[in-house]
Amino acid sequence: MYDGGKIVAGIIIGLIFLTFPIWYTHGTAPPRPEVKLPEKTKECVEPRAYMKTKHMQLIDLWRDSVVRVANRSYLAFNGKKYDMSLQNTCMSQDCHAKKSEFCDRCHNYTGVVPYCWDCHIEPEEKPQAEEKH
Amino acid sequence: MGVNRRKFLKIAGMSTLGAAAAPASNALAAVNPIDWVYEKLGGFTPFETLLHLLHRPVGYRPGEALTGQKWAMVVNVKGLDEEIAEACIEACHRVHNVPKLDNPRHEIKWIWHSEYKHVFPGQKHELIGEKYQHAPFLVMCNHCENPACVRVCPTKATFKRKSDGIVLMDMHRCIGCRFCMAACPFGARSFNWVNPWPREKAGTLPRFRQGKEPPNPEYPTRAKGVVEKCNFCAERLAKGQIPACVEVCQEMAKEKGKEPALVFGDLEDPDSEVRELLRSHYTLRRKPELGTNPNVYYMV
Repeated sequence: MYDGGKIVAGIIIGLIFLTFPIWYTHGTAPPRPEVKLPEKTKECVEPRAYMKTKHMQLIDLWRDSVVRVANRSYLAFNGKKYDMSLQNTCMSQDCHAKKSEFCDRCHNYTGVVPYCWDCHIEPEEKPQAEEKH
Repeated sequence: MGVNRRKFLKIAGMSTLGAAAAPASNALAAVNPIDWVYEKLGGFTPFETLLHLLHRPVGYRPGEALTGQKWAMVVNVKGLDEEIAEACIEACHRVHNVPKLDNPRHEIKWIWHSEYKHVFPGQKHELIGEKYQHAPFLVMCNHCENPACVRVCPTKATFKRKSDGIVLMDMHRCIGCRFCMAACPFGARSFNWVNPWPREKAGTLPRFRQGKEPPNPEYPTRAKGVVEKCNFCAERLAKGQIPACVEVCQEMAKEKGKEPALVFGDLEDPDSEVRELLRSHYTLRRKPELGTNPNVYYMV
């Protein structure tokens, strides 16, 4: 092999560069996000495990049901009925009143940017100092 | 030769098996199979998983909703004056977070007032009486029987609701092509040329109407690049309320002792108020020659 040393050295340096992101960040992953669950309401529309994995499908179903067929009342797994509304049910004052402490925690962590809030109005979050009054 | 082909294949085969079996046996040894199943099912017991598979999440019509098969409106021009017309417009735009923008070319309107010559362009002539020429006509989306806007929409973002005939917009699907605006003969649609509600920072309410008023938190707003129009208050009908403009108008008519300028009802119901008005009065529709069959009637 002509210039064997240079080639091998080049391959090794190349491999180091290629795998750099893997070994450099190894073990330094940021901690899992902790969402703040609502204090007043203990039960979500569906069981927690279902909401964790399927909330996007649920919200998508709500959206089409409300906008396109006018069926705005949701019959949940536990037999309760809910008004299908992101602004008025999910984000109501008794539930996820703070988007930054619930939605944003996981979505920012995983880099998910849903366009809900381009149009829907998120609940107003007052600065901590003001809240104490 | 120590290793012939047969022996080599044997060793290779065995070692492949061994390599594959090692992690599997490790995993089995370390994890309780019950926990493993539990984790795989997303935190549900197998029983709950079964129930969830059988449970089809569906929506129902809310019990309190007003239902009709063909919603329509009658505009009684005699009952209208500038003040009532403005109040109707204000009520509608406030409920639906319709912004007031500085630049008239960016204007968004769901309901607005206009003059006879613009409302009935085919019917105008120069000798028409003053009181008709300058009477405030309220105009909005006609919720046509045969809507041209729906036909041209490439994404079915605008559609005619089968259950009650309201022509609606699905903002989630609108791509802003504005075919519907070109198709609509009544100019009932507005395009969001700019972000109608810029917000200062996340977690604060967007400011509408030149930074003065907070939005109605129960109704969404719109993003830049979608078309919007009157929705016959579909969201209020679902709560058992009549459209906002009609409500305000009827209240003001009572106060002023006038005939109500707007009447809303179901055309398929022969006993409804709108049917009664259509029976007993002569009414006009806008541009009937185009064959869109508007569902907004004018009593002049």
